[in-house]
Amino acid sequence: MAGDIQNPIIRVRDITVQFGATRVLDGLDLDVKRGEILGFVGPSGAGKSVLTRTIIGLVPKVAGSIEVFGVDLDSSNTSQRRNVERRWGVLFQQGALFSSLTVRQNIQFPMREYLRVSQRLMDEITMAKLAMVGLKPEVAERFPSELSGGMIKRVALARALSLDPDLVFLDEPTSGLDPIGAGDFDELVRTLQRTLGLTVFMVTHDLDSLYTACDRIAVLGNGKIIAAGSIADMQASQHPWLRQYFHGKRARAVMS
Amino acid sequence: MNGDPKLERIAKGNALALCATGTWTASFAPALERLVADAEKLAGSSQSIFIDVSEVAKLDTFGAWLIERLRRSLTQGAVEAQIAGLSANYSSLVDEVRRVRATAVVETSTITISGMLEQIGRTVAGIGGTIAGLIDMLGAVLAAGAHVLIHPRSFRLTSTVHHMEQVCWRAVPIIVLITFLIGCIIAQQGIFHFRRFGADIFVVDMLGVLVLREIGVLLVAIMVAGRSGSAYTAELGSMKMREEIDALRTMGFDPIEVLVLPRMLALVLALPILAFLGAMAALYGGGLVAWLYGGVDPEAFLLRLRDAISIDHFIVGIVKAPVMAAVIGIVACVEGLAVQGSAESLGQHTTASVVKGIFFVIVMDGVFAIFFASIGM
Repeated sequence: MAGDIQNPIIRVRDITVQFGATRVLDGLDLDVKRGEILGFVGPSGAGKSVLTRTIIGLVPKVAGSIEVFGVDLDSSNTSQRRNVERRWGVLFQQGALFSSLTVRQNIQFPMREYLRVSQRLMDEITMAKLAMVGLKPEVAERFPSELSGGMIKRVALARALSLDPDLVFLDEPTSGLDPIGAGDFDELVRTLQRTLGLTVFMVTHDLDSLYTACDRIAVLGNGKIIAAGSIADMQASQHPWLRQYFHGKRARAVMS
Repeated sequence: MNGDPKLERIAKGNALALCATGTWTASFAPALERLVADAEKLAGSSQSIFIDVSEVAKLDTFGAWLIERLRRSLTQGAVEAQIAGLSANYSSLVDEVRRVRATAVVETSTITISGMLEQIGRTVAGIGGTIAGLIDMLGAVLAAGAHVLIHPRSFRLTSTVHHMEQVCWRAVPIIVLITFLIGCIIAQQGIFHFRRFGADIFVVDMLGVLVLREIGVLLVAIMVAGRSGSAYTAELGSMKMREEIDALRTMGFDPIEVLVLPRMLALVLALPILAFLGAMAALYGGGLVAWLYGGVDPEAFLLRLRDAISIDHFIVGIVKAPVMAAVIGIVACVEGLAVQGSAESLGQHTTASVVKGIFFVIVMDGVFAIFFASIGM
């Protein structure tokens, strides 16, 4: 693997994002270490998705720098950027599957673009990815409009993983899944992280995911990271929002 | 640590042993596939088969699957190929891949003559369905209109005014500009050719009849079909895709009454207004060219226009406008509500909406021409 363990895989320094007069992120710093699963929480509308989208380059920032795999995304050229993009996968909140392609074509889309492999291998890998995300092979020939919400999430994850990336961004992966499905999903993310050496950046609201899947948790508030650390650190924190979040009724139910 | 992947045969008595080394990842997939295909030929009568993966530097799903593919094709009869030397890191990945069933063959559709004939047959049969769909929508809109007449409070004034703004007020500049230019062109061509017979002044007759009876309303209707018909289809289609129309229905609202009726009404009111403005702009443009290019001064132009054109010409033109608007609106709404779940389908129906809208507008114009000719107008 390129890069040493000490170097963070994502290094965000002092970024500011503004929509009109509203400042969503205000001088935010964040490191994501290689091989960890970082859970990213915060109140609704705090800018969790905005930060994710800023890191992957969909939202322009006013100030600050972002390095992914040691490449500064502002000063990189097109081929460096493509190289970085090839090594990350993104799971969007709504799945963002291509509606006019079948599940199989959706998963094969990045492979076709970046790899020169035979159709047979692509088909077999597609089946392997589908099995990994817990879907039956029959699903492959369906269109996204014929899938349930949970299946869309799974197919979107399979597509995000189709190039065996080093880093995946998951935007609320378990929202809209039933508790068993969500638990499987957490387990799946854990397994993939172990087997593929994946680094996972996960925006989530699911307390179960935080407890079972995440190595480290970062909390967003007022445009900054207000706390980062293990689940125990979060529980010990005196910050009012954190106290409410980790000691509320639902949190107690999850812990017990 | 990284290196080109290799797969070597090591002699081990009666057993077949293969040793994999290097990086077995997606970037090396083409080379890996060749290695595995070569190794598959080695399957024979060995007593036991081992694939040693302890030297593999890096493994991902692609590499793990290819090793699994090799293992499966080497497994023959009672002899099962074994994977040896798997590190703890990768064992769960290989286990995961092992659970994958052999790929189902993906059937691809081939183009055959009978298939093409079938497609043509279906398309022809579909024309009847299209007409039935249009009549169905006309009925639904009239029923919704009747309901609104009986219960005036359920009429959506805000929505109607909003759509009036979109299809009428905002369309004025482009409609006026284009009809003005068309008026100029008609007058210029008329003068250019009539001058040879010394019949310059008859350009006014031609301009008046053409613009007021035919071109004015037809051109405006075609532009409205392209501009607003497509917008209606895209709006309704994306609402259909996002289940917004189903949501309306479950709340007890009739989508026809809430979405289609205000749009239809706006269009039916807008098209006569636009057709009138367009006709005036075309006459103005024609008059300007007649004056500057043909030397027909404005007073003579107006005098001649008054003699040549009766109110009948104007009525014949403007009566067509609401009917054409209704046709455009119905086609656009039928297509919008027929959109399926994909972006491709939205594009197809938006195209169909404009094409069918323009087609039916021209057909209607022909029907009107026959009708007015037979009643002597």
